[in-house]
Amino acid sequence: MANVATEPAKAPKTSKDWDMAAVAPFIALALLLVLGYFANPNFMTSANLLNVVTRSSFIAVIALGATYVITSGGLDLSVGAMLAFVASLMILFLNSGTVADPALALVAGMALAIAIGAVCGLANGLITTVGRIEPFIATLGTMGIYRGLTTWLSQGGAITVRDRDILALYRPVYSGSFIGVPIPIIVIFVTAAIAAFVLYRTRYGRHVTAVGSNEDVARYSGISINRVRTVTYVIQGLCVAVAVLLYVPRLGSTSATTGSFWELQAITAVVVGGTALRGGVGRIWGTICGAFILEIVGNIMLLSNFVSEYLIGAIQGAIIIIAMLVQRSLMRR
Amino acid sequence: MSSVEASPAVPLFEATGLSKTFGIVEVLKDININVRAGEVHAIIGENGAGKSTLMKIIAGNLAPTRGEMRIDGEAVTFSGPVDAEHRGIVLVHQEILLAPDLTVAQNIYLGRELHKGVFIDDRAMNEGAAKAVRGLGSDIDPNTIVSRLSIAQRQLVQIARVLLVPHRIVIFDEPTASLTPHETDALLKVIRQIRAKGVGVLYISHRLPEVKEIADRVTVLRDGRLVASHDVSELQPADMARLMVGRDVAKLYPDRHAAEARETVLEVEHLNVPGYAQDASFQLKKGEILGFAGLVGAGRTELMEGMVGLRTSRGTVRHLGKPVNFRDVHASLKAGIVYLSEDRKGKGLLLTKDLIVNLTLASLGKFIGALQIDRKRESDALDKAIRDFDIRTGRKDILAGQLSGGNQQKLLLAKMMLLDPSIVIIDEPTRGIDIGNKEQIYKFIAKLAEEGRSIIVVSSEMPELIGICDRILVMRSGRIVGEVTGDHMNENEIVVLATGVNKEEAA
Repeated sequence: MANVATEPAKAPKTSKDWDMAAVAPFIALALLLVLGYFANPNFMTSANLLNVVTRSSFIAVIALGATYVITSGGLDLSVGAMLAFVASLMILFLNSGTVADPALALVAGMALAIAIGAVCGLANGLITTVGRIEPFIATLGTMGIYRGLTTWLSQGGAITVRDRDILALYRPVYSGSFIGVPIPIIVIFVTAAIAAFVLYRTRYGRHVTAVGSNEDVARYSGISINRVRTVTYVIQGLCVAVAVLLYVPRLGSTSATTGSFWELQAITAVVVGGTALRGGVGRIWGTICGAFILEIVGNIMLLSNFVSEYLIGAIQGAIIIIAMLVQRSLMRR
Repeated sequence: MSSVEASPAVPLFEATGLSKTFGIVEVLKDININVRAGEVHAIIGENGAGKSTLMKIIAGNLAPTRGEMRIDGEAVTFSGPVDAEHRGIVLVHQEILLAPDLTVAQNIYLGRELHKGVFIDDRAMNEGAAKAVRGLGSDIDPNTIVSRLSIAQRQLVQIARVLLVPHRIVIFDEPTASLTPHETDALLKVIRQIRAKGVGVLYISHRLPEVKEIADRVTVLRDGRLVASHDVSELQPADMARLMVGRDVAKLYPDRHAAEARETVLEVEHLNVPGYAQDASFQLKKGEILGFAGLVGAGRTELMEGMVGLRTSRGTVRHLGKPVNFRDVHASLKAGIVYLSEDRKGKGLLLTKDLIVNLTLASLGKFIGALQIDRKRESDALDKAIRDFDIRTGRKDILAGQLSGGNQQKLLLAKMMLLDPSIVIIDEPTRGIDIGNKEQIYKFIAKLAEEGRSIIVVSSEMPELIGICDRILVMRSGRIVGEVTGDHMNENEIVVLATGVNKEEAA
């Protein structure tokens, strides 16, 4: 019985070798920090860095949800519009005066935002799974719906928190800090830790990866593909809602253009972080790293005088292409 | 076809001493075969007998390891299929290779479009296509989109496309595998027309009645060797079956005690899987190994998939006396029924994930600690699986795709056995697996039955079914057409049932 377990002719590629793809975004982040250090002495100050990371919090948290959707083999283009929609409804609720006490009103508003986010995500999930419409098309549709509803709610203008008490109470959620760390940064790491735990340590997380890796294998193993996929969209909706909770206290206002193109930034962060766009490989901390990279690139461009900051979009576009090329070359090795 | 009439002494095509080796496996050994102008020469043999390899060599897709080929007595070698085509040898593939969204004419002329200046000459192509299709005795409109055609019509278009090339030898690779009897008749008529034009036809099939009907000569392959070559008038389908089979079975199979009469664990009554299986009824007893034999496409896999909730099915399935209707695999797994797909790489294992993830995927619930997956328990389970199923792997952190076929099958078996099922359905348990691993897998199957589990084995390898099963059901064209037990469990009787040669004819 001359039976060899592996084929030595093909270079053995073990699960260890894939780690390179996981490490790559962190190397890129480190290189960017070095670059920033040389570009402008103000870059490496804690004030600047904390500020940059704080500003990345919206995309980072949204991208955590996108990591789930993409890992399971889906895509959600509606997140930017969803953020604007959920934020608008939340502010309208706060302005409605349904709850008199400012603190209670705020808690109720936040709970409402979470609920609406979950429902919006559920809608996306059911349309793609039960309705069996391609995620790209389904969420392109809901993107239009959420954006259109926001425009209609704001009548083309802005929706602003009117109650000063509530705003005063709410502001610290974005601008405050806890033992020296801005709250949005704490939110990033806490949500990422939860997301990582669920994706890597629980049965559901394993199922998400399996469904994205090979739908048939998952189905033949008794996994409900539709349920797993639908829940990823609900998780995405919850993440958008958490981003709303951080976004509203920042300006206390939304408009028809709030969150424009954030879906593309979120997808960029996910892909730059090493998650496979075709599904099956999800990297939570890579996604966070990707979100940081996007924000830091913008920051360096602002601080240095080499490149006009108006080119930020172009640079971010180039980053996603480079990230894909690097990912592919690491996998083909 | 402006071919010079070759003198009868020199065959149109002749191959001598053809051999083909893949690695250390010799899949074809010393084959001599020829085709004369104006004859249909059938090549028959079981799955894996080497028919496809031989055809690929003749059509230029593969180079022979040894041996030579002659056209009109002149030695030739082919650099590829296009080269063989230039020499007048064309192959009609078994699968339909057409672009479903293009029209008949567009498909027939795909890659060799007719032009009028810089524009595509649709009118000329439509006329040419209409003529080509009419030549095959059909009136399909060349403007029809291919996806609207029936399988038989598509096949006709495919043949028309192949015959557009100037040709002297046409190879048909199991052309009737997916056709109804009526459609088969129509196809055979087309082949007769082609033959009448002085073309040599090589016809591969394992449907013996149809070979008897169409062929002038028959060559039988078995295990890569040519075992017989006769004029068709000298052979009856039953003789062909005997020649195809007739191999002595080595001591590959475990000794089994005939299962005594025990309680029935699964009863299937009038189960229909639309499009694949009709009116299937059978029973499975505790501790029994039940085989499902039949040709490829007989509906065996689909029947099993319908039973476990992977496909929609109608009918009655009683599990331990209670009627069940599994809506998805989750439900059938819960009932203790597992199905191991024939498509190990596509539906069985996550090839890019490690062994642990694959092993525990279907039974993760058993590995949940307080909140999270207990990795220690998973790792212990892998150690146990490696021991119990003798999975040969140097390291435990490799990916499932890096295991050999045999070890993948063992891993899949281990994965499903973690669910501790009472009924195990294994589809093509040893496809693509070397002989050593085969023997082990047979032992595992026998052991599972001894433990009181009931096993269904679906296989296209008859010796394997005969070697390990207590009873074999034979399917043909979506129906269970017979059962063989005891002394009747021989390849001859199974082939007779599976191919539809009736008993009187065979006697």
